[in-house]
Amino acid sequence: MGEIISLHVTCIGGEIVKNAILQVKNLTKVFKTGFIKGFEIRAVDNVNFTINRGEIVSLIGESGSGKTTIGKLILRLLTPTSGQILFRGQDVSKLKGVNLKAYYQNVQGVFQDPFSSVNPLYKVDHLFDIIFTNLLTDADRERQNTLIEGALRSVKLNPKNVLGKYPHQLSGGQLQRVLLARALILRPELLIADEIVSMLDASVRIGVLNLLGEFRNKYGMSVLFITHDLSLGYYISDKAIIMYRGTIVEMGDIKKVFHNPLHPYTQMLLQSVPDLNVKWELKRRIKPEKEEKGIYAIDGCRYAPRCPKKMEICQKKRPELLEVEKDHWVACYIVQ
Amino acid sequence: MLKVNNLKIYYKTPLGFVKAVDGVSFEVKKGEIFGIAGESGCGKSTLVNSLVLRKPPMVHMGGEAILDGKNIMTLNEKEYRKIRYTKLSIIPQYSLNALNPTKRIKEIVRDLAKEHGYKDREEIENKLRERLKMVGLSEQVANMYPIELSGGMKQRAVMVVSTLLDPKLLIADEITSALDVTNQRIILELLYSFIKEEKIVDSIIFITHDMGLLDKIADRIMIMYAGKVVEIGPTEKIINEPAHPYTQMLLNSLPRLGISYREIKLQEIPGEPPALLKPPSGCRLHPRCPYAMQICKEEPDMIKIGRNHFVACHMYRG
Repeated sequence: MGEIISLHVTCIGGEIVKNAILQVKNLTKVFKTGFIKGFEIRAVDNVNFTINRGEIVSLIGESGSGKTTIGKLILRLLTPTSGQILFRGQDVSKLKGVNLKAYYQNVQGVFQDPFSSVNPLYKVDHLFDIIFTNLLTDADRERQNTLIEGALRSVKLNPKNVLGKYPHQLSGGQLQRVLLARALILRPELLIADEIVSMLDASVRIGVLNLLGEFRNKYGMSVLFITHDLSLGYYISDKAIIMYRGTIVEMGDIKKVFHNPLHPYTQMLLQSVPDLNVKWELKRRIKPEKEEKGIYAIDGCRYAPRCPKKMEICQKKRPELLEVEKDHWVACYIVQ
Repeated sequence: MLKVNNLKIYYKTPLGFVKAVDGVSFEVKKGEIFGIAGESGCGKSTLVNSLVLRKPPMVHMGGEAILDGKNIMTLNEKEYRKIRYTKLSIIPQYSLNALNPTKRIKEIVRDLAKEHGYKDREEIENKLRERLKMVGLSEQVANMYPIELSGGMKQRAVMVVSTLLDPKLLIADEITSALDVTNQRIILELLYSFIKEEKIVDSIIFITHDMGLLDKIADRIMIMYAGKVVEIGPTEKIINEPAHPYTQMLLNSLPRLGISYREIKLQEIPGEPPALLKPPSGCRLHPRCPYAMQICKEEPDMIKIGRNHFVACHMYRG
């Protein structure tokens, strides 16, 4: 365990990557459906990215883009079909025993629906037990209580209003904060936050996002913030990864991606954000998706069937993700 | 078109009445998109559901809702059936799951037409195909099961089914909240064309918690808090010059592109919305309001502060 934590500089292929906490390399996940005449869904297709220490990275995409699958792969809830996930240089899929426990202390997940993440028959206090029986085994009762209360206070909850209650007695925002508190008790180095605010009210959302920012500033925690909401992603993140149907189409510095979007898909996404600063002409110019089969089997760019700027090559060969300016990567033939 | 007066809809529970909608009044004009916004639990869904279908534990405690000269709160079930889908139709929240999964789209429509006395099956199915094309789906979708469609496509199919009999008033309850931004925009543009171009419906009530969407589509906006109306006004007034402290806090908590945590920290609304079993007296916001005064424990009146702009707040008393 000590070994993993002390590795602050990782050496990969002779190249020294400073402060890289998590590296995803050629990650692919294929789901097979059907029994006899089945077909494949390449939900995540050859994805590469890095998360550095203290960085909040937004993974943005519509439903079916593979963003949740990536989160689950990192948390080892799914096994990759091919490719690697390296945490501090160690292959996550090979971790066992003590090292695996250490991994779960350092990498925690919080998910979209707080009510489906908990057992409704147990009181909220029970949520913390699992941590003390499995991970923080050396804490005595008194220390446990201090840790729980401290964690609840750090997410702006009053322990008196929460402890001893059943999940249904709390609001969605409160329960999501409790789950966040549980993840944060371990002071994880990386938090996988999968749509954690999309079920919450607009007024509460900002509070939860601010907590992520606070923990990053205080403890240098990194966050993979999985979302479909571009303004929320912009608000909290340093880096953005835009996904479409299992592939990364654009990524890089959040300001560069949002202020100078180069991939036609990113451009369309940004046009669709109902931002208060822009007026819309409701002219029906955006092409809706059609019922189409085999989109996950396309050899070329998966966005090509909807792309207004598609060329012949787009349908044949997938464009590579290339760095077009510093910290700005795009997978599109138009800019290459 | 629709005039709602002092409507009270409560839920009956063993502990007493939950005052989900408590004395709400507003008017929806012909040709307009009327937006309703508020946090979850503010009563916006209860309000519109009560217009379409009231079933226990929902109880009508007073007030009226006049649609086309008739008070729909006093109709019996048989009379109600006649106006549903023809005068008044709702695309409910979670409408993605509203379609019967064991029936093809065209079978669902056939049942609907039969219920309303349409004899000509051919005619209604042609209309279905035409409308499917209008929303950018292929005619084939009529022969598909709901499960074969993706979220955005299903939502468009539900819109077609809900408006097939050309209702005068269409209620859209959080219909975009499960969708990603591109599909959101597509749905919004369709709704807009339903009323302004194709003239399928006369008026739309659009419910959402996303003020950004209302800014784009609504002609007027009503803000609700804890079962009451706090502000009603033209969209540009509500967005640019919000009067009620609640509207102001709601807008301030909204992230906009270009605002980032590292530069400007947005503020959430402190506290929690009240339980509606025993709501606070007077203005229901007063325990959370930064400007609360002694008088706020008394009920505020709706005060006119501009053209078509009303606010229920003691700060604006003359």
